[in-house]
Amino acid sequence: MEKQEYTITLYTENSIGMIGRISIIFSRRKINIESLNTSPSEAEGIHRFTIVIHETEDVVRKLCRQIEKQVEVLKAYYNTNDEVIWQEQALYKVPTDIVTEKAPVERLLRQYGASAVVIRNDYTVFETAGHREEIDALTEALAEYNLIEFVRSARIAIIKDSEGFHKKLKEFEEQEPAEEVVENRYLNKQDKVFTM
Amino acid sequence: MNTLEITKDAPQKEAETIQLSGSQAVLEALLAEGVDILFGYPGGAIMPIYDALYDYNDRLKHVLVRHEQGGIHAAQGYARTSGRVGVVFATSGPGATNLVTGLADAMIDSNPIVCVTGQVFAHLLGTDAFQETDVINITAPVTKWNYQVTDACEIPSALAKAFHIARTGRPGPVLIDITKNAQLQLFDYEGYKVCNHIRSYRPKPIVRREYVEQAAALINEAQRPFVLFGQGVILGRAEAEFKAFIEKAGIPAAATVMGLSALETGHPLHVGMLGMHGNYAPNVLTNECDVLIAIGMRFDDRVTGRLDKYAKQAKVIHLDIDPAEIDKNVKTTVPVWGDCKETLPLLTGLVDARNHAEWLGRFRELEQAEIKEVIHDELNPTSEIMTMGEVIRILNELTHGEAVIVTDVGQHQMVACRYAKFNRSKSNVTSGGLGTMGFGLPAAIGAWYGTPDRTVVAIIGDGGIQMTIQELGTIMQFGAKVKILILNNEFLGMVRQWQQLFHDRRYSFVNIASPDFVTVAKGYGIPGKSVRERKDLEQALSDMIAHDGSYLLEVMVGKENNVFPMVPQGSSVAEIRLK
Repeated sequence: MEKQEYTITLYTENSIGMIGRISIIFSRRKINIESLNTSPSEAEGIHRFTIVIHETEDVVRKLCRQIEKQVEVLKAYYNTNDEVIWQEQALYKVPTDIVTEKAPVERLLRQYGASAVVIRNDYTVFETAGHREEIDALTEALAEYNLIEFVRSARIAIIKDSEGFHKKLKEFEEQEPAEEVVENRYLNKQDKVFTM
Repeated sequence: MNTLEITKDAPQKEAETIQLSGSQAVLEALLAEGVDILFGYPGGAIMPIYDALYDYNDRLKHVLVRHEQGGIHAAQGYARTSGRVGVVFATSGPGATNLVTGLADAMIDSNPIVCVTGQVFAHLLGTDAFQETDVINITAPVTKWNYQVTDACEIPSALAKAFHIARTGRPGPVLIDITKNAQLQLFDYEGYKVCNHIRSYRPKPIVRREYVEQAAALINEAQRPFVLFGQGVILGRAEAEFKAFIEKAGIPAAATVMGLSALETGHPLHVGMLGMHGNYAPNVLTNECDVLIAIGMRFDDRVTGRLDKYAKQAKVIHLDIDPAEIDKNVKTTVPVWGDCKETLPLLTGLVDARNHAEWLGRFRELEQAEIKEVIHDELNPTSEIMTMGEVIRILNELTHGEAVIVTDVGQHQMVACRYAKFNRSKSNVTSGGLGTMGFGLPAAIGAWYGTPDRTVVAIIGDGGIQMTIQELGTIMQFGAKVKILILNNEFLGMVRQWQQLFHDRRYSFVNIASPDFVTVAKGYGIPGKSVRERKDLEQALSDMIAHDGSYLLEVMVGKENNVFPMVPQGSSVAEIRLK
């Protein structure tokens, strides 16, 4: 079976240590996580992980089953690139004088749809979003113009065929909603506690 | 505190709330879960819980082990013979890290265990405090679930979740780490509410009838069907349902090491044990059957041998409660995801009453070959040197398959699993998946507490006993009536066997010296005997069984005997060697 890029989408409870419990499922098999994003999801109180790995479908399917075995994971989906709409975001810090003086830079930024987030005398920060190849291409082009700093975010992805998680969540809750997670009073007083 | 009433269902009325410490809440949770025995070892960070335990001594029996690893193995043994959740207490740092081997063992063998570990004060977390370790992260890969409690209010719900998760679905070990401040903290206790639902956790799959129908259709068309059964049958308490199924369908059935005793050894359809040192017929015929029905087993590599030559001719039906097991190692034709207590009766209802006499005859034919080549001489040796097999044979004659057989890991384990007779379920306690040397003695202690009316025999090698021999102290102090049977071949026998067969007889560090075990036992107040000659063997075994109390019997067996048959690593099950 061919290895290819898969986007794994997880719906989980928002509990401490989830990233650890998920990530060891990959590292145990010596699989590198290309990108990992955690965020809220469309369903209230449910967390969404977006993980990108390069693997065969067989391995990805087994990984998803192992992940779903985790008590706090509600559901794991995996999709190939043509089954998802995805974006990554990038920020670039470039010397302002170069942007104003060098015409090709302006053209580049227009071409890639980058927009300025901050403009200062010494530097300007641009932001763009897209697929990795587009971002990589712009990064490479800007490298010739004193790119001071560059950062790219993890992939976020929407599954084309998904109806969202609301209905699924209802299934999970059909018996009765789970116990509310008890607030961790001790650690919420962090300042007091940790300066003791 | 002795009169505290716990309502299992409804939370108590607010007017009745009382102040309780976190430690008391832990013990109330145990009582509410029906726990009456636990295994543990105190230490600094769990002292408040042990202080509270002082007042609960009449309702919670605490067995003080000699090492935390012994504690968790004992809890595993207890869980295996009683079918209940085993409970372990340990302190932070080294206490908790000493549990890790047992957690890994319980995880891979699906034992329901709840561990409560003490932890440093919450404000000291992350400061490299005395006896602080990051127990939650250390144990994450070897627990079904774990959770750190830093506030006493969380204790009732955390423990309720822990018990629910440990015993439902595919059981497993759970660890609750409780910081010392939470143990000490007083809070408004609103009663204990048993947990039976967690939104993100669905232990009981909804059985899909169409798959059961497809499975039944395959079975009804089969000419040479073959059943493999594992511990899932025992964990699902589905022994009767299992027997009804194979009897109606007339299908020969073989056990995994973990599945032994789910079906009585003498059953006419029981065709032996699978795996590397399993029986000849079930291994060879795995590659001749036309429909393979796997029930509550997980196709471990020790069972399948070389995967690309495993049962390729067969259609595979896999009954399992854990969806991650389906298609994990062996591609399934029909997956029957569910609790076998539910799926087996459905399947039995749909299969035709059959009698595969000719096919069963094939098993018996090959069995005769194995008896001739291996079993007869192993059980009835003619040379002066005693064999492990003859010890088990006499043990069978004395206990009539009624004993609980606990084993450690190695040659003696394989011989015991091959030859021990089991009439009753939950009678075989061994470390299957992890192969943990040192498991036997402490597990036998727990196994006895799980079923104190039965004879519990711990069969252990001279290597394994020395890994956890300190638990003789636990036996001495608390009186578990464990019969310890050391099969001493003066070698780390299984490793030696491999070195002989696959490493050109280069015996590298397998020559292990032993103390005088009888004298060691005597030091612990445990009577014992060592047998070097066959003429004394039967009487000695008989004395051991008859003795009311713990007893240690050492039998000196052949130094360089090998366990056969054997599927060499990397070979197909059909290439099993008889010698």
